[in-house]
Amino acid sequence: MFLDFVEGPLWVVACVVFIAGALWRIVGIVRFGRRPDISIPRASALVGAIKGQFLHFVPHGGFSFRTRYHLIAGYMFHLGLFVLLVYAAPHVLFLKENVVGFDWVALPRWGFILSAEFAFAGLILLWIRRISDPVMIKISDWDDHVASWLTFITMLTGCLALQESHDSLRAIHMLFVDLWLIYFPFSRLMHAVTFVFSRGYTGAFFGRRGVVP
Amino acid sequence: MSVSAAVEIFTNNIDASAAAYLDACVHCGQCAQACLFFEATGDVKYTPVWKLEPMRRVYKRHMAPLSGIKKALGLVPDEISEDMLKEWEELLYDSCTLCGRCTIVCPMGIDIAGLVRKSREAMVAAGLVPEGLVGAAERVLAIGSPLGIKPETLAKIVGEQAEEVGIPIDLDKVGADYMIILSAMEVLNFYEVIGALARIFKQAGITWTISTEAYEATNVGIQMGDKKVAATLVQRIVDAAEKLQVKYVVSPECGHAYSALNWEGPNLVGKSYNFKVIHILELLDQLVREGRIKTKSERDHRRVTFHDPCQIVRRGGIVQEPRNLLNMVSDNFIEMENCGTANICCGGGGGVSSNSRAEELRIKSFISKKRQLDAVGPEALVTACGNCRNVLEEALDEFEMDLPVLGLTELVAEYLDD
Repeated sequence: MFLDFVEGPLWVVACVVFIAGALWRIVGIVRFGRRPDISIPRASALVGAIKGQFLHFVPHGGFSFRTRYHLIAGYMFHLGLFVLLVYAAPHVLFLKENVVGFDWVALPRWGFILSAEFAFAGLILLWIRRISDPVMIKISDWDDHVASWLTFITMLTGCLALQESHDSLRAIHMLFVDLWLIYFPFSRLMHAVTFVFSRGYTGAFFGRRGVVP
Repeated sequence: MSVSAAVEIFTNNIDASAAAYLDACVHCGQCAQACLFFEATGDVKYTPVWKLEPMRRVYKRHMAPLSGIKKALGLVPDEISEDMLKEWEELLYDSCTLCGRCTIVCPMGIDIAGLVRKSREAMVAAGLVPEGLVGAAERVLAIGSPLGIKPETLAKIVGEQAEEVGIPIDLDKVGADYMIILSAMEVLNFYEVIGALARIFKQAGITWTISTEAYEATNVGIQMGDKKVAATLVQRIVDAAEKLQVKYVVSPECGHAYSALNWEGPNLVGKSYNFKVIHILELLDQLVREGRIKTKSERDHRRVTFHDPCQIVRRGGIVQEPRNLLNMVSDNFIEMENCGTANICCGGGGGVSSNSRAEELRIKSFISKKRQLDAVGPEALVTACGNCRNVLEEALDEFEMDLPVLGLTELVAEYLDD
């Protein structure tokens, strides 16, 4: 009954809020617009915007060492989560049946365990940093912590549901998936989308000047 | 002080890029690693993104998409207060040189310096601007120079330089190809650059002049965040250039002057120029490439390194030209670690050097630059910004480092084969 609810009406509501909310926020940002820049460009803003997308994937300018903690933990979490999300066998099946209508090659169990360990380790390391590093303590707000915990619990309940030994475990996981989707557009989780705009605007700004730092 | 005026400017300054930046920040704090003020003090309040907190609050409370729902649930930040703005005056003016190094390290690529600039506009509206910058603005509007250099003083200095190098320099010459503008720091402290330009331009065979109505390149309006002042100063240069019918206005060895005139100027005055803006380093490099200036075969043997002025290199796009010029006159040019677009600021840009309240922090922050310099062990430090030069000289004195700081234009002139 509860599983039907979280995989049925609540799932639909969560998807609608997720998609509509994220679109609303993106359109809202873009609608602020920008005044046209009438200075004479030295180079292409578009090329700068594209370059900016790739340039910030890895810290450059000698910062790789100083930022190694974030770099390693960040990639562990994000890559692990991406692999889990897209290639975990239950996810492939669920997405086939509820979203896209086709399936693809899923991860073997050992692949799931490995990527889950990477994702958990990365997320925990980032959260430890958030509560222990003086800079991060200073600048973090409740949204950062809620987003971290909600993601953590969603991942954890997902692991508990992996064996599909009990419907209630699957239902609890789906409940948190729904909550995560609903929370997404209202929160800093949106950085998964807004980073493209942020890097793009900066890249374009500097691209006109002939340098993308 | 008016908090509501500040809120209004903060909201007016939110455009798509600012919104994207404020929405994309994940509070990772990596920007602190790039800030010379954080490195020097270890004080978390100097974390670059923290300097944007008033702007972030206003955006999240009033402007952010879906903020209405969050407001109804009591989930938006509190309104900014008078006390908050007073506290942030130091963070926005004393501890940010607008160097933009934090953008490099930001995984989201946020232009934090750009948002600090926008935040300063709100501080102007609130009436919270350091005295040093207010005074500089008053002097430049009334007299024509932030350091109070009057046209007759300029004429005297130019005359002395013309006599020194034995080349006449025409002021207010209609129909010259190039109009030179100078930073107040150059006119006051490094006036030899005028004679150097006279020698270089004579060899290159180009006609040039200096306007007694717009000789100041420094734009204190940009530094303090006052668009009206900034536009007035740009318009002054535009008017003089049009009056003298020049083809080019040459931006001098001054960091933000180039950004102010070339990149922001047309947007400030609302029209494209009918002349071209060229930076002196671009012009010198071009003249060398065209074979119009030649230097002696004998080159400088000292171990020299180059301090990249942030607004010319990282935020201005002139990266290779100074290196070409230095390699032309030096046979022992060595780069500092993370040179070019990642170079460390002198500590006095963005109006910090005009703000006496920030002096102690500015000097303290020199340790980042010192670390870069110590690794190279140069016998001379070359730069291309009068303000950097002055700030570096002061800091080197404080740290008891015996290192001459040279202007690149003067160094090129020194090795001119004339």
